[in-house]
Amino acid sequence: MKTFALLAVLLTGGLLIYGVEDMPGWGDPNSPPSLHVSPRYIEKTMEETDTPDMVTSVLADYRGYDTLGETTVIFTAGIACLLLLRRNRQ
Amino acid sequence: MIIEYENVIIKTVCRLLIPFIQLFSIYVIMHGHYSPGGGFQGGVILGASFILLVIAYGLEESRRRISLKALTIYACLGLFLYSGIGALCLLMGANYLDYGRLPLPISSIATIRAMGILGIEIGVGMAVMAIMISIFLAIASYETGGEDG
Repeated sequence: MKTFALLAVLLTGGLLIYGVEDMPGWGDPNSPPSLHVSPRYIEKTMEETDTPDMVTSVLADYRGYDTLGETTVIFTAGIACLLLLRRNRQ
Repeated sequence: MIIEYENVIIKTVCRLLIPFIQLFSIYVIMHGHYSPGGGFQGGVILGASFILLVIAYGLEESRRRISLKALTIYACLGLFLYSGIGALCLLMGANYLDYGRLPLPISSIATIRAMGILGIEIGVGMAVMAIMISIFLAIASYETGGEDG
């Protein structure tokens, strides 16, 4: 069983490393996100959201769903901690 | 159980620092449009100020100021503010979390969007602050079997 687990881990890791080969280079200006998405945000942030800090406008406006999910993750983690740690009155 | 520190230096410094830490955290939340910062960072700073209070003054004294029940309500309110603003956009005929049509008395759509961002940042800050403090309080009062409250 342990050998099987080790094999599975090695196989998955090898596949992941093999997949990394096909990813665009670090900070490659010709990768798809740098060609379409980033320039669009950089050019339109001020006229669309009136927010000089691009990080905030991407985080809270363009990628609002993502931040909602992050907040829900924190909320769920906190509620789970409370449920586990708070001692019930018997 | 975290007991009260019988040290006048620690108590005085904490009493002096905590209001400024809280003011700074509100500044971080509000100034997220113009500088690094936002709901997550400001909420964590606000939570840290309360944790400092607990460390310096002990659990018993702090329980009189912050109750676990109120913190849970704050966390729910923060998340509700976020998703509520999104649902309000839906009611006004836009997409979910598309702040452009929020019913605010401002003519410029871009400024309305900025206000929408501010609204959800406040919601995130409230939720993060309440969750940070309640996790800390739950862990700190676990061994003594602290009461719910």
